[in-house]
Amino acid sequence: MTYIKPIFRHPLLPKNKVGFTKKDYEGAISTLCAGCGHDSISAAIIQACFEMSVEPHKLAKISGIGCSSKTPTYFLGNSHGFNSVHGRMPSVTTGANMANRDLIYLGVSGDGDTASIGMGQFVHAVRRNVNMVYIVMNNGCYGLTKGQDSATADFGSISKASKTPSPFQGIDLVGLAMEMGATFVARSFSGDKSQLVPLIKAGMSHPGFAFIDCISPCVTFNNNKGSTKSYSYVRAHNEATSLLDFVPEEKEITMEYEEGASKEVVLHDGSVLLLKKLAPEWDPSDRLSAFSKVQEAKASGEILTGLLYIDLESKELHDLFGTTDTPLNTLREKELCPGSEALEVINAGRR
Amino acid sequence: MRPTNIQEPEYFHKVVDCQHACPAHTPVPEYIRLIAAERYAEAYMINWESNVFPGILGRTCDRPCEPACRRGRVEEKPVAICRLKRVAADNKGDVKQYMPKGPFKPNGKKIALIGGGPASLTVARDLAPLGYEIHLYDEWYKGGGMMRTQIPSFRLPEEVLDEEVGYVIGLGIHTHFKHRVESMKEEILAKGYDAVFVGTGAPKGRDLKLPGREEAGKNVHIGVEFLANVAFEHIHKIGKKVIVLGGGNTAMDCCRTSRRIGGEDVKVIVRSPFKDMKASPWEIEDAQAEDIPILNNMPPKEYVIKDGKLAGMIFGKVRAEYDENGKRKLIPTGEPDEFVEADDVIIAIGQDNYFPWIERDLGIEFGKWDMPVLHKTTYQSTNPKVFFGGDAAFGPANIITAAAHGHQAAVSIHLFLQGKDVLADRPAPKTNLLRQKMGIHEWMYDNDVAPDKRYKVAHTDKRKALKNRKVEVELGFTTEEAFKEAERCLNCDVQTVFNTSRCIECDACVDICPTSCITFTTNGDEADLRTRLSAPALNTSQDLYVSDLLPATKRVMVKDEDVCLHCGLCAERCPTAAWDMQKYLYSVTKAGAVL
Ligand SMILES: Cc1cc2nc3c(=O)[nH]c(=O)nc-3n(C[C@H](O)[C@H](O)[C@H](O)COP(=O)(O)OP(=O)(O)OC[C@H]3O[C@@H](n4cnc5c(N)ncnc54)[C@H](O)[C@@H]3O)c2cc1C
Ligand SMILES: Cc1ncc(C[n+]2csc(CCOP(=O)(O)OP(=O)(O)O)c2C)c(N)n1
Ligand code: SF4
Ligand code: SF4
Ligand code: SF4
Ligand SMILES: [Mg+2]
Repeated sequence: MTYIKPIFRHPLLPKNKVGFTKKDYEGAISTLCAGCGHDSISAAIIQACFEMSVEPHKLAKISGIGCSSKTPTYFLGNSHGFNSVHGRMPSVTTGANMANRDLIYLGVSGDGDTASIGMGQFVHAVRRNVNMVYIVMNNGCYGLTKGQDSATADFGSISKASKTPSPFQGIDLVGLAMEMGATFVARSFSGDKSQLVPLIKAGMSHPGFAFIDCISPCVTFNNNKGSTKSYSYVRAHNEATSLLDFVPEEKEITMEYEEGASKEVVLHDGSVLLLKKLAPEWDPSDRLSAFSKVQEAKASGEILTGLLYIDLESKELHDLFGTTDTPLNTLREKELCPGSEALEVINAGRR
Repeated sequence: MRPTNIQEPEYFHKVVDCQHACPAHTPVPEYIRLIAAERYAEAYMINWESNVFPGILGRTCDRPCEPACRRGRVEEKPVAICRLKRVAADNKGDVKQYMPKGPFKPNGKKIALIGGGPASLTVARDLAPLGYEIHLYDEWYKGGGMMRTQIPSFRLPEEVLDEEVGYVIGLGIHTHFKHRVESMKEEILAKGYDAVFVGTGAPKGRDLKLPGREEAGKNVHIGVEFLANVAFEHIHKIGKKVIVLGGGNTAMDCCRTSRRIGGEDVKVIVRSPFKDMKASPWEIEDAQAEDIPILNNMPPKEYVIKDGKLAGMIFGKVRAEYDENGKRKLIPTGEPDEFVEADDVIIAIGQDNYFPWIERDLGIEFGKWDMPVLHKTTYQSTNPKVFFGGDAAFGPANIITAAAHGHQAAVSIHLFLQGKDVLADRPAPKTNLLRQKMGIHEWMYDNDVAPDKRYKVAHTDKRKALKNRKVEVELGFTTEEAFKEAERCLNCDVQTVFNTSRCIECDACVDICPTSCITFTTNGDEADLRTRLSAPALNTSQDLYVSDLLPATKRVMVKDEDVCLHCGLCAERCPTAAWDMQKYLYSVTKAGAVL
């Protein structure tokens, strides 16, 4: 087994705006099973952060427990990281975000970590619109504990560990997130980086909770015949809402799209998400049409991927609270304890 | 693009850059691994089979493999392939036991080899074990050709030369030394040889006729003659002030030799710019390290004679201009000419072939520049009995090229004398692909990529080296250094072999590849595909490996071979073993099997 990746990279690797190559966004060599979808998502995160010219020290990656939650070791080796407790990634991220609003927060979780033990935490993070990207590496099983069915395993799906069709309805995290008022909802597939990378980039540009449910086959325990989260099943049933192109603020839009079939979503920071729509009568900025599209696809057994819904008026938690622009963790005693005179004024206002 | 045909022997051969660039196609990574494993005798024998002179070449080879080495494309410097070869030779112990041993059963055929250089010796080595009676003619008293007469002992000790020439002569070659062939017709063809090989090199050094040349007389030397005279101890001394004219390797050997036999103020003067000099960079470096300045852009104009004796030379001043085709013109700068003092001048501006001894009525056709008309693959002349090789074939080259020619000429001669077609019946190279998998994540080769920079070879102390022309300058790697240098080799012969039907398109290989070689994309023509890969694919001399259409997505796998580290990570990360690491052995088929 090779534990150390060779130090050499392609000599012509391009540099981004902040002078880094992709190598600067890599992490340790993965110890996940060969072919695990999670590794592809890690690669997509590396690609997205490189393309967004993220300064690695301006990003925090936070995870729970599971194979998926191990992945932050395998990307962004120069960023902040917190591998927290099973299902507790949302609260740790919320706390960190409250203390320092200047970082980009990248939460990484699994379907077990989110839809089972972490369910309570998840819905509240959605509801509060914490400014973060929340990626669920969804393989329909508890990979780390040897592949038991998770709560996202579809009804009737068979995994290697369960061997029998799942008797329960799977939790649809996308539907749930929309129900809870999420402001950015997407679904993707680890095997489709051309879709996943722009989604991660758009999620980082979105002010508020950006949820990406990413189907990520567990090659070891859930890539068998009868599974609805295997490479071949997802490829056969993937229905993309649109082809995506993320255009950062300073770049000119050069791609031409047919009238009507395309939509430009101007994000909060001025970047543009170009959607070449494949699904007619669907408008990602319209909650109702998004909802019905998701339900429709579900009923027909298709896995709807792409950007599903975005609230362009999103107000993240800090905006809702009206906290100061200065990160709380940098406020000094002087600002935090403005003295008895200021206290008097406040008290007077309460009388 | 069409799916790559990896059955075609040259496809994977090209991936082994060093071997592909080696005229004799020595299986470099194979012997480098043996050196790392301290199996020096085997490493030596692999070389001996391919190039006949491992100890000599490990010191003197022109190393076309090194500029080609893949390592030089992923970091600064290539693997020190040549110096590793010497390590095999230095530490091999007794290898005679592995070599063919005579007497060989005679096959009744007689062959003459004219010239005793590396080309003829290679023919002899390949054909003697097949039972041919071989007669080798050379004008000097020992074999080796220019390796003996030209390459100075401080680069190539005589013992090394004697040993390796001896292995060949010891196969029962009938030598006719001190025999200069003056007539092909009478001395050779009349004797009824079944085939003749001409390996007489390019022995004639060029003179430079400028005003004063005649008066300067004995103080002006022709480089190749000078070196031969020093080698055979006819010259022991040279003046204190020496000018060497020319920018090639001969000039470097002349100036360094002069420094060892009395030259104190030795200068190399070249008419063209430094960067256009033909000499190998390391030879230039070694000359400069011996306090020999190199003056460029100074064409010689005349020999200056004072009191009937050479006093120096006058040089003009030029600068180089290149037209859009890169063709160079030397334009006078208008600066005044410069006089450079000298007691002796050595002219090292090139060599020519010399064939007046081959009569023109023997069916051996001569063409442009009075060079023999030959078939490029078979080395057969227009007289089917007569073959050429080495510098005699296409003009001056180097030892490894001479050996490569020798192998091919030997194949031709053997076919010819069996009544076969020298072209149509040529044997294909032998190839073999061998799986390297040992366990889930274990390989039969060391797949770690060492980050080390190229190691330098230690040199003898300069004062000591300059005192005696027989003291070898380069000391060679110690076995410890050799191990570390060997670890730098990327094992380019361990090929990444892709099996389309196994691939599930999980992207694991794309994600792990350190040098971004792999892409899954829709097919296109080569120029188009090259713009759509994971990393820029600008080196068009390196192939793209393209798979069949993948069943699930109708895309293709495209791998740019250019900077693949052969680390095996794609195969380690592949869940279905769609990638496999397989060692590719390519060996040029010789007239007779040696190993
Ligand atoms: C100064 C100098 C330095 C060099 N250094 C290197 C080096 O470091 N590395 C390298 O790879 N190459 C080097 N070369 C080139 C290399 O020596 C030749 O390319 C190589 O030796 C050619 O081999 P060959 O077998 O064709 O002929 P040669 O080695 O030239 O041998 C031909 C032999 O035939 C003899 N001969 C010629 N005519 C007759 C005749 N009519 N009858 C009998 N005998 C005859 C010659 O005297 C000679 O002995 C150098 C060349 C020179 C001049
Ligand atoms: C509090 C607690 N309960 C249970 C576990 C055991 N456990 C570890 S990982 C895991 C499930 C992980 O599943 P998922 O989040 O889908 O990650 P995957 O391995 O599939 O990527 C469980 C139940 C634990 N580590 N901690
Ligand atoms: S067990 Fe499954 S989820 Fe975990 S690393 Fe292996 S393939 Fe990935
Ligand atoms: S790295 Fe090794 S195998 Fe590859 S070209 Fe260089 S010497 Fe040859
Ligand atoms: S790792 Fe193997 S299965 Fe996965 S894409 Fe590469 S070759 Fe195909
Ligand atoms: Mg899971």
